[in-house]
Amino acid sequence: MPGLTTQISIRKFDFYYGKYHALKNINLDVYSRKITSFIGPSGCGKSTLLRTLNRMYDLYPDQRAVGEILLDGLNILDRGVSVNELRAKVGMVFQKPTPFPMSIYENIAFGVRLHEQLSRVEMDDRVEWALRKAALWEEAKDKLQYSGMSLSGGQQQRLCIARGIAVKPEVLLLDEPTSALDPISTMRIEELLNELKEDFTIVIVTHNMQQAARVSDFTAYMYLGELIEFGVTDEVFVKPKMKATEDYITGRFG
Amino acid sequence: MAANLATWRRIKNRIAMTMAFLAMAFGLFWLFWILITTLDLGIASLSPKLFTQMTPPPGSEGGLLNAIVGSLLLVSLGTLLGTPIGILAGIYLAEYGKHTWLGRITQFLNDILLSAPSIVIGLFVYAIYVAQAGHFSGYSGVIALAMLVIPVVIRATENMLLLVPNPMREAAFALGAPKWKVIVKVTLRASIAGILTGVLLAIARISGETAPLLFTALSNQFWTLNMNGPIANLPVTIFKFAMSPYKDWQQLAWAAVFLITMGVLALNIIARVVFRPSKHT
Repeated sequence: MPGLTTQISIRKFDFYYGKYHALKNINLDVYSRKITSFIGPSGCGKSTLLRTLNRMYDLYPDQRAVGEILLDGLNILDRGVSVNELRAKVGMVFQKPTPFPMSIYENIAFGVRLHEQLSRVEMDDRVEWALRKAALWEEAKDKLQYSGMSLSGGQQQRLCIARGIAVKPEVLLLDEPTSALDPISTMRIEELLNELKEDFTIVIVTHNMQQAARVSDFTAYMYLGELIEFGVTDEVFVKPKMKATEDYITGRFG
Repeated sequence: MAANLATWRRIKNRIAMTMAFLAMAFGLFWLFWILITTLDLGIASLSPKLFTQMTPPPGSEGGLLNAIVGSLLLVSLGTLLGTPIGILAGIYLAEYGKHTWLGRITQFLNDILLSAPSIVIGLFVYAIYVAQAGHFSGYSGVIALAMLVIPVVIRATENMLLLVPNPMREAAFALGAPKWKVIVKVTLRASIAGILTGVLLAIARISGETAPLLFTALSNQFWTLNMNGPIANLPVTIFKFAMSPYKDWQQLAWAAVFLITMGVLALNIIARVVFRPSKHT
């Protein structure tokens, strides 16, 4: 497609939980500065796939990935790849807000300090930049020294997004980021994603098909560990190529 | 029919409530009796001399200064020795050794150590230290007390770390943090209140322990800060004085009981007030 740059290409990718074959021969491109959503019924492997993109599965010894995931042309599954450097390039936001037990300021500075040495002033600027990007600055600027846990659920999730982008990653992964939030907070986060895609490549896993239709440029429909259909969101939702996709998005099953 | 059912449920509720209340009253009754006796006899024997004079021979005036200072020394050094070991072992169990055989064995042994009678610890330190050195000493008392602190702190640390939700760990890893940093900056920080409460409860426990000191630090009638020799302490002084036929010694024993009880009570209250879970930590 014209005007698109591939940021991540997943090639012949298989994933195992112990002996269980969770993802089967996945081939998929994630385009730069676009929002790609993974949809599908529970257990289809969409979160599993997302968690391979920053090698989160490394934390669990019985999980194993085979194949290729190229980020900027480099296979991130290679043993030689520094996982911590990879994670600086690929940030992640989780289902439940997970503020660290420290101040709002420190929540953001924590990640930045892992990868950069900034002066006090530079760090202040970075924290403000991240909070502005995450549309939290106006609400948080007067209580930067308050605990991150004192924020509301929706604010906490935006803090987690600010924390993720403060490291200046190329890619931001979101694993059902609004499923624990109320409709208003959900709307704010969706608006936010729309702004963030100017700077970041975004991959979002969602259970909410309307959300996928609203926010994403590309949609991947997965079922039982396989990628059934991938394409421009409008096409996937309006005239899906596969019968299975149509059944799922029209609510006939799932 | 429905009315009958409701009445019967109300009656059952009454019976259960009454029994629960009686059980609570039974427990509290003894606790209050102990407290009142301690207060009654303890306050009667309180005087400024307790804090200025040494434990006396029978029939003469004296206080508890050497025992108080000795106890403070033994308890604080025992805590200082046991706490870091306990916290490090607890971190190992919760963050590294969860599914390893070494982790399981450590956990099992710690469970045994946790419920080991303190007199066994006392005899053990007697056998490996006091008997070898040929004399009782404050240091051996410190080791015995540390061995009581360690399992309590291990258990508290492990449990508190396991309470930290896993997504919080993953979130820290997802930023590219190495494991040690995730533990030090995030999970330990999230559970520090619980761990410190565990430490305070361990201090409360060893403050009153007599058996481990009987075989190690023993006691001393005189003022000393020499940890390499027998050193006075409150529990053994209580044991010795309360068993004696002398009225003035018994009085001092009650005063010492009062001091320990108040100290432990204060520690428990501090643990509850200072480290009470709050939304803003």
